[in-house]
Amino acid sequence: MLSIILKRLGQSVLILLGVTLITFSLSFMMPADPVRMIAGRSATKATVESIRKELGLDKPLPVQYIKYVTRLAHLDLGRSYKQKTQVTELIKSRLPATLLLMAGAIFFEILIGIPAGILAATQRGKFWDNWIMAISFAGVSMPQFVLGLLLLYLFAYVFGWFPLGGYGTWKHLFLPALTLGISGGGWYSRMVRSSMVDVLCQDYIRTARAKGLSELKTVLVHGLRNGILPIIAMIGLDVGIFMAGAVVVESVFGWPGIGQMAWQAIQMVDIPVIMGVTLVAAIGIIIGNLLADIVMPFVDPKMRVE
Amino acid sequence: MGIQEELNTANFKVFKKMGYVVKYFLKNKLALAGLASILIFSLSALIAPVITPFEPDTQFFEGLSLEGAPLPPNSKFWLGTDLLGRDLFTRLVYGARTSLIIGIAANGIALFIGAFLGIVAGYARGWVGTVIMRFTDLMMAFPALLLAIALAAIFQPSLWIVALVIACVNWVQIARVIYSQTMALATSEYIEAVRSIGASWPRILFVHILPHLWPTILVWGTLGIATTVLLEATLSFLGVGVRPPTPSWGGIIYESQSYFLDAPWLVFFPGLAIMALSLSFNLVGDALRDALDPMKRGRN
Repeated sequence: MLSIILKRLGQSVLILLGVTLITFSLSFMMPADPVRMIAGRSATKATVESIRKELGLDKPLPVQYIKYVTRLAHLDLGRSYKQKTQVTELIKSRLPATLLLMAGAIFFEILIGIPAGILAATQRGKFWDNWIMAISFAGVSMPQFVLGLLLLYLFAYVFGWFPLGGYGTWKHLFLPALTLGISGGGWYSRMVRSSMVDVLCQDYIRTARAKGLSELKTVLVHGLRNGILPIIAMIGLDVGIFMAGAVVVESVFGWPGIGQMAWQAIQMVDIPVIMGVTLVAAIGIIIGNLLADIVMPFVDPKMRVE
Repeated sequence: MGIQEELNTANFKVFKKMGYVVKYFLKNKLALAGLASILIFSLSALIAPVITPFEPDTQFFEGLSLEGAPLPPNSKFWLGTDLLGRDLFTRLVYGARTSLIIGIAANGIALFIGAFLGIVAGYARGWVGTVIMRFTDLMMAFPALLLAIALAAIFQPSLWIVALVIACVNWVQIARVIYSQTMALATSEYIEAVRSIGASWPRILFVHILPHLWPTILVWGTLGIATTVLLEATLSFLGVGVRPPTPSWGGIIYESQSYFLDAPWLVFFPGLAIMALSLSFNLVGDALRDALDPMKRGRN
């Protein structure tokens, strides 16, 4: 068990190195010259050259890459061109908001997706199944920014139940988390349904029914325990989808997380911030995958490798 | 039996199987509705000038109120006008072109790259396979939307650049699915048998492996368009998609976002269009998957 975890950990480090190679190359392909961005338009040629030297941008690329990775290892992501502060500090101040939003989104996802999936699986081919599956498909086909703007219009503007965006109370969190939760819940309900359909066909479910257990107990105790397993792994694998959702939803609702920061950085071609958020997101995805790998054998004995 | 004859019988078997698939597919009413809506979207994109009397870029003087605000839906401008006094319905019809071209082109390229790499990795295995699959692992760890945004910021996005950018991030899933299927086939007994009677590798690949992969490619090809339509809309909404004045559904929402509490139709109608197109491809793809999966055909 431990050796598997260690092996996965090693692979994760390699993947992380690969990610840094991509972000490093991407920042070189960016059309904006970082030296010009720092020096400003009116800087003289001599100033530009001295800044270039100071940043080490006159060295050969492999040397620069090694320096880049060393800096990353010291949690130094460089300075934002626009705000002149350390990107690490910026991310540190904004990450909690994104994590809070993510927690809210997972809450709604589970609240919507799992009951809907169970209901659809037990009613297979009947009225509720058809409607739940149709609605879940509509949910996953709806772009998150449209869903967010519609919820904002309806519940914040027309009914006035929630604030028109911003950060602070649970009321501010409700709509952005619901937006992410609805689209995620759509996928979850489909997955829970197909996994529960498989489980409910098993012999042990028939045995449970035959020995006279109530349908509720059969489905929730014997069925759900196995039917839920793919979802547990899914939550870990979903970090990447959340990060993409965070960029969109945070900019719709003015939620001050790293997604909104990334969006603002895109508008201003603030490369260190874009690359910083990308790296943080990649680390999040890698940790999510790792957690899924580590947790799954504990909840699912079938996945314990000898 | 000559190669040609053998191919003909293989084709015949495929067609006979396709008969069942089509029959099963046609039973799914939602999928038929999706197919109909895809046809309607494609047709209106194709004959856009016939459907609408206006040009997408014309700014109408009477398209704005006296205070300069966009007009709500009325008898002249069916779905209202946008902030510049342009007809929203016309822009939506022309925007369908953008969505469909990018959806089909981007997904086509992604499908080609993904299927190619997946087949090569699954068939060759060894170090070639390892390198390709480790690269897809790396791409999986990379947040797709952020990568697309970074790429779109590097290359000033035109229609085809956006399609390429989306293809660059969307091939990964397909490659993994095709890889595991190819590997399962390549290590199966019948391929062992074919190889032992001396079949060449192109023959094994094209005659004995590829036919089994078509269902997967077809299903992913359809479902992938739904994802691509959403990604294109999202990129445009974030301001890194197709450049104005080219009408794009996500772009229309991006342009009118600051005004949407007063003019909700500018978000509602393009949003509905994005959802309808994406939903249609999802419905058709899902029905195809069920129809092509013999395990599911009996059960559901």
